[in-house]
Amino acid sequence: MTNALLDQTLAAAKAENRAALIGYLPAGFPTIAGAAQAVQALIDGGADVVEIGLPHSDPVLDGATIQTADDIALRGGVRTKDVLETIRTVTAANPTVPVLCMTYWNPVDRYGQARFAADLAAAGGAGCILPDLPVEEADEWLAAAAEQGLATVFVVAPSSRDERLAVITAKGTGFVYAAAVMGVTGTRTQVGELAEDLVARTRATTELPVCVGLGVSNAVQAAEVAAFADGVIVGSAFVQRILDAASPEAGYAAVRELTAELAQGVRKR
Amino acid sequence: MSDVTSVPDARGYFGAFGGRFIPEALVAAVEQVADEYEKAKADPAFAAELNTLLKDYTGRPSPLSDVRRFSAEAGGARILLKREDLNHTGSHKINNVLGQALLTRRMGKTRLIAETGAGQHGVATATAAALFGMDCTIYMGEVDTQRQALNVARMRMLGAEVVPVKSGSRTLKDAINEAFRDWVANVDSTHYLFGTVAGPHPFPMMVRDFHRVIGQEARAQVLERTGKLPDAVVACVGGGSNAMGVFYDFIPDADVRLVGIEAAGEGVETPRHAATLTKGDPGVLHGSRTYVLQDEDGQTIESHSISAGLDYPGVGPEHAYLKDSGRAEYRPCTDADAMNALRLLSRTEGIIPAIESSHALAGALELGRELGPDAVILVNLSGRGDKDMHTAAQYFGLLDDDATSDDQTDAAGGAK
Repeated sequence: MTNALLDQTLAAAKAENRAALIGYLPAGFPTIAGAAQAVQALIDGGADVVEIGLPHSDPVLDGATIQTADDIALRGGVRTKDVLETIRTVTAANPTVPVLCMTYWNPVDRYGQARFAADLAAAGGAGCILPDLPVEEADEWLAAAAEQGLATVFVVAPSSRDERLAVITAKGTGFVYAAAVMGVTGTRTQVGELAEDLVARTRATTELPVCVGLGVSNAVQAAEVAAFADGVIVGSAFVQRILDAASPEAGYAAVRELTAELAQGVRKR
Repeated sequence: MSDVTSVPDARGYFGAFGGRFIPEALVAAVEQVADEYEKAKADPAFAAELNTLLKDYTGRPSPLSDVRRFSAEAGGARILLKREDLNHTGSHKINNVLGQALLTRRMGKTRLIAETGAGQHGVATATAAALFGMDCTIYMGEVDTQRQALNVARMRMLGAEVVPVKSGSRTLKDAINEAFRDWVANVDSTHYLFGTVAGPHPFPMMVRDFHRVIGQEARAQVLERTGKLPDAVVACVGGGSNAMGVFYDFIPDADVRLVGIEAAGEGVETPRHAATLTKGDPGVLHGSRTYVLQDEDGQTIESHSISAGLDYPGVGPEHAYLKDSGRAEYRPCTDADAMNALRLLSRTEGIIPAIESSHALAGALELGRELGPDAVILVNLSGRGDKDMHTAAQYFGLLDDDATSDDQTDAAGGAK
């Protein structure tokens, strides 16, 4: 039904009276071989959980930063099997860190739902975040994920009504991904009060941890969100560090540095 | 055939196709559209206002034209054109746009956004925004803003903002992606006036319903003109809105062949085509399960067509259903065959068709030769070709070299 490592990791952060830090980077970025190093920098910097993105040709929920990374990855020839291989590399080196795959639905559909669940589990993955698979369309996937011990994290949005939140959280496992703002991924100067209200409304429906993503890019924002959420999810800010760096190694160092700052942030609730 | 016309089901499925694959942030907005559309359908005032607009603003009913000189090239089969090119704004797109604009007003929203390929849907949306006093932003692939520059000017003249989309293949697919991103961020004020029979439920059904008038009129017109139903109905298919519109009321007429013509670009044996139903596989794109041009990892393959309006790697889910059920058939037509049909209709009938619609004309020529001189073929002439004169001029070499160099001199500030 769920993934024990993910549940334990989030429970441990809660026991320390802090929010968890969840970092995102796409596979294939900056290169197929380099992606595992980039994710390792997230872990070395102090991320509790990592999400590895499956780059997609049509990332409708992503802003310009992650679109650019996805384009680089796809032009570099990244394949679904490479994404799974990156997950395998990361989990082998870091057996205590839960690794989720974040992917648009069509690549999973094309790979085969049961086959994808089995191969993700075999690679040591802890579960999936599927931002364009609504709960109404998810029964077959949920069965496949449950069979493999994978968590399925659903996204809720400020526009989600209370009765719908209950439907979504009843089906999700691991944690609930609360979108802080109405919009696509990307850093923002303000993360907004919408998030706090959404977290409260979501908590009223579930015992699952509620983690907040979209827009967070620095330690101050991380601390703000950590004050009311169980986890803080950061993606575009890491991607931007790698895009801005003079070399891949400089990019990984910048990711490690930013992760360490954010890890401080989530401990200042 | 009752099962074919009773789709979609409550979840938006046409058999195995359709559904609603959207981010949670859009669920409330899409449900609002579905609810409001159901209420509007039950409201006689909505139908009355829409019908008045279709008559007095659009100019419906559109005529049915016998094209005898053109038909001579089709083995003598009698070809009848449903003249959606004569609608206000120059294509069928206005039918759906006026319906959704009325719906937008009912929902209390004040801003319209839309994607456009050839620019016809963008022009129609900008037109409705002007008519209803709404703000309007149109997303158009950068490649398409260049090949359909006249329509960019028309949209801006009408007061719309036109955003050239530079991501991905810089064509229709990417314009849709960008419109979805805008909608997620501005959903409180904004309706995404989706322009084809694709996307999440209820769009495939609703857009079909708003275009259904094409087939309703045409069926009665053909019966009156010829005393019988046509042997075949032919329409071009990109997303598939004009084809669903003209096909729908013929679906129960089992003896009427429904033939959709897809853009084969440089040929379906090459990688440069947009023949989604011919060469694609089932998958999920832009909110519904349908046929998609995709690689073995589920990444969308960039399509190609000389026609911006057919240059799309997906297709409406109801077409996927009609294909798999066998009720409709889908054939490819190359750029070259479409352009030849464009020239032929221009020279034989004095009607310059859109490049999109020229695919249907080419399909009708082929079908006419197969069916023989007794056949009656209804073709949906979905749009007019004024917007395509830049492409046609380049393709056929219609402009003198002198004219080109004069233009360059002018652009350089009249050097001499």
